[in-house]
Amino acid sequence: MTLQAILSGQGLMFLFFAVAAIASGLLVVILQNPLRAALSLVINLFSVAGLYLSLNAYFLATVQVIVYAGAIMVLFLFVIMLLNMGQANLNTSYRGVRTVIAFSSAIGFGGLMSAVALKGLPDVMLPADAMVTGSSAGSVEGIGKVLYNPNLPWLFAFEWTSFLLLVAVIGAVVLAGKRQQPTEDKA
Amino acid sequence: MSELINSPVWRDLFVNSADNIPWYAEFVRSLLRFVIALAGGLGSVPILVWLERRLLGFWQGRLGPNRVGPFGLLQPMADALKLMMKEDITPTNVDKALYYLAPAIALVPVICSLTVLPWNSSSDWGAVAPHLNVGILFLLAVASIEVYGVILAGWSSNNKYSLLGGLRASSQVISYELGMGLSIIAVLLMTGTLAMQELVHSQTIATNVPIPDSNYSVWTQSVSAGFWNWNIFKLFPFGLVAAVVYMISMIAETNRAPFDLPEAETELVAGFHTEYTSFKFAMFFMGEYANMMIVSAICVTLFLGGYTAPWGILGQLPASWTFFPTSVLNFVNHVVIAPAWLFIKLYTLISFFILVRASQPRLRYDMLMHFGWKVLLPTALANVVLVATSMALQQLFGAVGHLIAVGIAGCLATIVLWVAYLHWKARKSGDEASRLPIRRESVVRAIAARMPVED
Repeated sequence: MTLQAILSGQGLMFLFFAVAAIASGLLVVILQNPLRAALSLVINLFSVAGLYLSLNAYFLATVQVIVYAGAIMVLFLFVIMLLNMGQANLNTSYRGVRTVIAFSSAIGFGGLMSAVALKGLPDVMLPADAMVTGSSAGSVEGIGKVLYNPNLPWLFAFEWTSFLLLVAVIGAVVLAGKRQQPTEDKA
Repeated sequence: MSELINSPVWRDLFVNSADNIPWYAEFVRSLLRFVIALAGGLGSVPILVWLERRLLGFWQGRLGPNRVGPFGLLQPMADALKLMMKEDITPTNVDKALYYLAPAIALVPVICSLTVLPWNSSSDWGAVAPHLNVGILFLLAVASIEVYGVILAGWSSNNKYSLLGGLRASSQVISYELGMGLSIIAVLLMTGTLAMQELVHSQTIATNVPIPDSNYSVWTQSVSAGFWNWNIFKLFPFGLVAAVVYMISMIAETNRAPFDLPEAETELVAGFHTEYTSFKFAMFFMGEYANMMIVSAICVTLFLGGYTAPWGILGQLPASWTFFPTSVLNFVNHVVIAPAWLFIKLYTLISFFILVRASQPRLRYDMLMHFGWKVLLPTALANVVLVATSMALQQLFGAVGHLIAVGIAGCLATIVLWVAYLHWKARKSGDEASRLPIRRESVVRAIAARMPVED
C-alpha cells in the first residue's frame, strides 16, 4: 500500500478499524474479568465489520453485526451472567494446553508475517464498482446471485452448511431436552 | 429575499440535486437531516410520555396528569426537570465503567436507527440517509445491539434484582428478535427490496418525475394508491399475519407491558434500572420511549404504507389549485402532508399499544418463552414459506396460485389447531388436580367472597 492509498478515506477507515480490532483482540486475552473480555470481543467483532465495510463488502458487514455482535455475543453474556463468573483463576488450570496453543498460534502468525514480508501484500480490496452478474459485488444482489447460482460450486456448499446447522440444532435439542420418565411414558 | 434564494450558496445548500453540490453543502445537508430526525425522534418522547399517561388515565377511569400547563401538557417538562435536579447516586460496589456506559448504550442505537426512517419521498431530504440501500439490514443490526444497554446495566449494578432483570431482558429480546426478523423477511419477499424508501414506493404508485436543472434524470415520487395496497393487506392473509407477528415481537423488544418482565416491579423492584438515579435513569427512560416510537415507525413503513395517505386524494393538495405556484404545492405535499400522515399513523399505532398495556395483564415468564418459541416463531416461519409458495404458484397459475397457497395455509392451520386441541384435552383430562394445587375456580370464588358487594 502506498502512502496515498493509506491516506485516502478508505485507507484511514481501514487503519482505524484494524488498530481497534487488534487492540480489542488483545484485551479479550488480557482482561481477567470474563464479562469485560466478552465486551472486548463485541468491540472486536464490530471492528471486523468495519474492516468489511472498508473492503466494500456491505452485506457481510451488516450480517457480521446481526449474527455475531447481536445474537451470539448476547448469548455469551447471558451465560457469563447466569453462571455469575467473577475473576477467573486461570493461573493454575490448563497451563500445558495454553502453552501448546500459544506456541502453535505464534508459529502460524510468524509464518503469515514472513509470507507477507517475502511476497508482499495481496491486493484484497474489492473495487467499489466491482460487478458480479450485473449487480454490485458486495451488495445483497451480487452475493445472492453468486451463492444461489446452480452453475457455480457455492450452492452445494451452502445447502450442506444449512443441513449441518440443522443437524446441530436437533442434536442440541436432544442433548438439552429433559429425559422423559419411563413411568410417564406408560401412563 | 429573492436575492438570497437565487444566490449560488443557497442553491447549493437546498435546491441543487445531491450529485451536483460541493462537499460542504453535502455536509450541511447531512447535518440538517440529522437534526430533523433528532428533533422528530427525541422530541416525540415528551409527547409520548404525556399521551401514555393521559390515555392510561382515561382507560383506567382516572384523570392522569392535568395540573402542569393546559391538559397537563407541560408535565413531561416538569418530570425531566425533576429527574435532572435529583441527586445522582452511584452505589459503592458497582462496576463503574460499565455502570456509566450502560445508559448510553441503551440510548445511542435507538438514535442510530432513526437514520434510515423515510419521512417523505424526496431523494435528497426524505431521510437522514436516503440512499442507503440496505436500510432494513441496518435496522436489524442496530436493533440487535440495543439489548446490551439493559444487560450491562443489570450486571454492573451488583444487585440481584438488576441481574435478574438483565437476564430476563437478554433472553426475551433474543427470543422475540427471531419472530421479528422472520416477519420482516416475509415483507422483503413481497416487495423484493431492502431499501426503506423503495419499501414505501412498492406500496404506492411510484412515478418517476424529471427534475429540472439537475444531473439526476428522475426523482421517484410516490403517491398513495389506496390503503388496500399496503403490505398488511398484500397476499391476504399472509401480510396480515406478518404484521401481527411483527407488532407482538415489537412490544416484546421494547420491554413494554404485557412483556415488561425485565422491569416487573412486583417481582424485581424496578428490574435492570433499580440502581440508577437522576439523569442516568432519564436516559433509560428516554431510550425506552424513543425505541417505542422507532419500532412503531418501522412498522408503519413496513406494513402501513409509510408516509403516504390511505387514500390518494388525502395525500396532496388538489392539482387544480393553480393559483398557488408549483413549488408551494410541492412543498406542502411533501414537507407538510407526507410527514403529517406518518405521524398520524404512528400515534394511532402507539395509542393502540398503550391500550394493550392498559388492558392486558403481564405474562408469566414461562408463558412468555412458550409463546415466543412455540407459537410466534413457527407461525412466522410458516408464513415466510407460505408467502414464497404463493409467489411461486402465482408465477405458474396467476391469481389462482394465491388461492392454492391460502388453501394450503388453511389446511395447515386446521391440522395444527386440531392437534393443539387434542393435546389440551388430553392434558386437561389427565392429572390436572395433582399439577395445580389450587383450582382456578376456587381462587375466583375465594376472591369474589372477599370483594365488597355493590348494591
